[in-house]
Amino acid sequence: MSSQDIPEENLPAAQDAHGAVGVADDKDPFADPGLPPHEHRIQDIDERAAKRSERTVALLFTVSMLATIGFIASYVAIDADQSVYIWPLGHISALNFALGMTLGVSLFCIGAGAVHWARTLMSDVEVAEERHPVASAPEVKAKVLADFKEGAKESALGRRKLIRNTMFGALALFPLSGVVLLRDLGPLPGTKLRHTLWSKGKLLVNMNTNEPLRPSDVVVGSLTFAKPEGLEEHDHDFQKEIAKAALMIVRIQPDNIKDKRELEWSHEGIVAYSKICTHVGCPISLYEQQTHHALCPCHQSTFDLSDGARVIFGPAGHALPQLRIGVNDEGYLEALGDFEEPVGPAFWERG
Amino acid sequence: MSTTETTESRARGKAPAGERVADWADGRLGIYGLAKANMRKIFPDHWSFMLGEVCLYSFIIIILTGVYLTLFFHPSMNEVEYHGSYVPLQGQLMSEAFSSTLHISFDVRGGLLIRQIHHWAALIFLAGMFVHMMRVFFTGAFRKPREINWVFGFLLFVLGMFTGFTGYSLPDDLLSGTGVRFMEGAVLSVPIVGTYLAFFLFGGEFPGGDFVARFYSVHILLLPGIMLGLVVGHLILVVYHKHTQYAGPGKTNKNVVGMPLLPVYMAKAGGFFFLVFGVIAVISAIATINPIWALGPYRPDQVSTGAQPDWYMGFSEGLIRVMPGWEINFWGHTLVLGVFIPLMIFPLVLVAIAVYPFIESWVTGDKREHHILDRPRNAPTRTAFGVAWITWYMVLLIGGGNDLWATHFHLSINAITWFVRIAFFVGPVVAFIVTKRICLGLQRRDKDKVLHGRESGIIKRLPHGEFIEVHEPLSQDALHTLTAHEQYKPVEIGPTVDENGVERKVKGTEKLRAKLSKAYYGEESQIPKPTVEEYKEITSGHGHH
Repeated sequence: MSSQDIPEENLPAAQDAHGAVGVADDKDPFADPGLPPHEHRIQDIDERAAKRSERTVALLFTVSMLATIGFIASYVAIDADQSVYIWPLGHISALNFALGMTLGVSLFCIGAGAVHWARTLMSDVEVAEERHPVASAPEVKAKVLADFKEGAKESALGRRKLIRNTMFGALALFPLSGVVLLRDLGPLPGTKLRHTLWSKGKLLVNMNTNEPLRPSDVVVGSLTFAKPEGLEEHDHDFQKEIAKAALMIVRIQPDNIKDKRELEWSHEGIVAYSKICTHVGCPISLYEQQTHHALCPCHQSTFDLSDGARVIFGPAGHALPQLRIGVNDEGYLEALGDFEEPVGPAFWERG
Repeated sequence: MSTTETTESRARGKAPAGERVADWADGRLGIYGLAKANMRKIFPDHWSFMLGEVCLYSFIIIILTGVYLTLFFHPSMNEVEYHGSYVPLQGQLMSEAFSSTLHISFDVRGGLLIRQIHHWAALIFLAGMFVHMMRVFFTGAFRKPREINWVFGFLLFVLGMFTGFTGYSLPDDLLSGTGVRFMEGAVLSVPIVGTYLAFFLFGGEFPGGDFVARFYSVHILLLPGIMLGLVVGHLILVVYHKHTQYAGPGKTNKNVVGMPLLPVYMAKAGGFFFLVFGVIAVISAIATINPIWALGPYRPDQVSTGAQPDWYMGFSEGLIRVMPGWEINFWGHTLVLGVFIPLMIFPLVLVAIAVYPFIESWVTGDKREHHILDRPRNAPTRTAFGVAWITWYMVLLIGGGNDLWATHFHLSINAITWFVRIAFFVGPVVAFIVTKRICLGLQRRDKDKVLHGRESGIIKRLPHGEFIEVHEPLSQDALHTLTAHEQYKPVEIGPTVDENGVERKVKGTEKLRAKLSKAYYGEESQIPKPTVEEYKEITSGHGHH
């Protein structure tokens, strides 16, 4: 039904807003003309339109009820591991899709129904309400100040200074108990951040194969991750230890190693660096074999592994610590001691 | 008394049940008094007023879904071997937190949906607060008497960020664990006490076995508890102050024009809750969020590329990524400026916008209440400051995703990092200048419209051949709306020498205030609005078109 079908007698009187616009106030054309007259909606003047709105709202509420039934049916009928192809989303969990859509529709329709009801059938006459100043009236303020004075006087707090001072002292001190109670949140740092599991003679164990590494296992251009011998995934402290001991092993042609100490601490061009970034501790995982650059994927600190792992780009503040390695009698790669400096992010006591 | 008699006689079985319940409650709570003040309370209507509602409703949704999730989640870092129904991870070692999250996602029917609603609602909550805050900022709704409510809202935004961070860290997956490691590195950078703080936070060395349980109580109890209190306070103040409104015919600083709470806003706002919930449910049905099964359990020696925090933490990520790696060693101590400076700028970015209302009210010296909202163009300096702040924030967001910008747009990551380093300082300044110019341009346009009318699009040819466009004068409604704003005059220091030639001492703050006031309201910072005289002179003129 279009607006042409509205019975004539229901149409609002033609407004004179069309055509020339008159300014009501000749003296001050910018003055506030007051609230504009209320304009009727079609539902206000045509009962048939109002009925249509009513049916629309009822339909929305009904769809919501059906969707809730659909939700319960999906919950009961669809297996949790069933997948379904939905274009253009691809293969997704059927249950999640069905539950989400039915829940979404049932909620959305309640909302849409309520809003449509409010917009078309409830009164849309704008009303003005007066505001009142937030601040209290002067008499109220005077009364409150007088009351306070009276109360303060009766407490004798101003006169009996000893009570006042000791009370402030007591109130200031007692929260200390709460602070002290926090002490056992953790142990003191001591030198814990300076030591890792590495020590002289510990074999370098390949992270993937869980086998000790031989020099021949590490080819030029490869990147190998290693852990100290004896540290197993099931160990209680595994996460804590690997967070410090994780090692990154690469092989560089000895001629290409620019740093003298790095060459000394390597074995035939095999160098071992801490995998933990010196910025904020992400594991460095990207290696560019041509340039010997290692990149931390978190904040893009870049280290030159052929030049003492110094920082060449990014926010890291110092080079990666190097682990001194050699080969034992049986031909396996071994550590020749712990890292000489703390691994991972810098801290105040690091020095 | 006759009234008691009638109530009593009606209570003898005649009053409807609803009234009897209300009477019962009134006798104990005095609800009729409350209802008298609030049931027909007037709220003004504007689309931008619903932004705050989006936040409120997503907050409620987060609480509802969060309670459900606690029924299944185990906040424990005990290592277990996974034997659940997600085949690719079977036999893997992981924390109980991670395995219970897998359980929620794959074995609890509807668990995945609730998890995703919870996470999506959190993102929308934060985004909603950001946009709502911008609405309040750019329209000057933070002015007296609403400064405290601005601070409440600001605290909600900041607490929301940390509640989000502690929340997405709970599943102990590879991505969130990396974020927690970042946090540990940041705490370690604090001079003198950093190492101790980190050890107390994690119960020893990172990652230890405590942080999930500790984050859990912070995430589900401490922070949401404070937030709930702030939300209630925020709402009470909204009702108490009565809502602001835009200028328009019939709208003054002393009234509020709109429709009553019962029934219109009860239906609209109540309905809107369901709309928001429904939309978030549909999003959660079709868009996966935080697929922890694809990320895997956390291991401190593993990481994935493209690691990103949730969007609201992105600007802090930008700060840490673009900062040069400065590190100072002295007397056996390390000052990790490369991390500590970003850690200090992080709150500063937020505080910069939080304290703005107090700075503006100091500059204007205006002690009156303001209930009519400004159009952003009519407060050019404020608007320019706001846009400069957003620019700052967005530049940092770009920095936070520099790797993704590099891979998606085939750019050099070094170039992006340098762009952000420079734009961090230059971007806000440029944005400030450009925005101010645009605002002044729009003010000129408003003035033109008021004085010369609206372009009608009708082209007329005059007898002597000239073509002109007919301009139609505006209605008084429009004239009033476009001229209702008030324009401040810059504060003058006044003569520094009195009539006897004695010099008066001018305080430094006074000078600063005058300078700022000039920058805000001087000739270069606002276009004088048209006066009635100007209007009359032009409209009464002959041959005007």
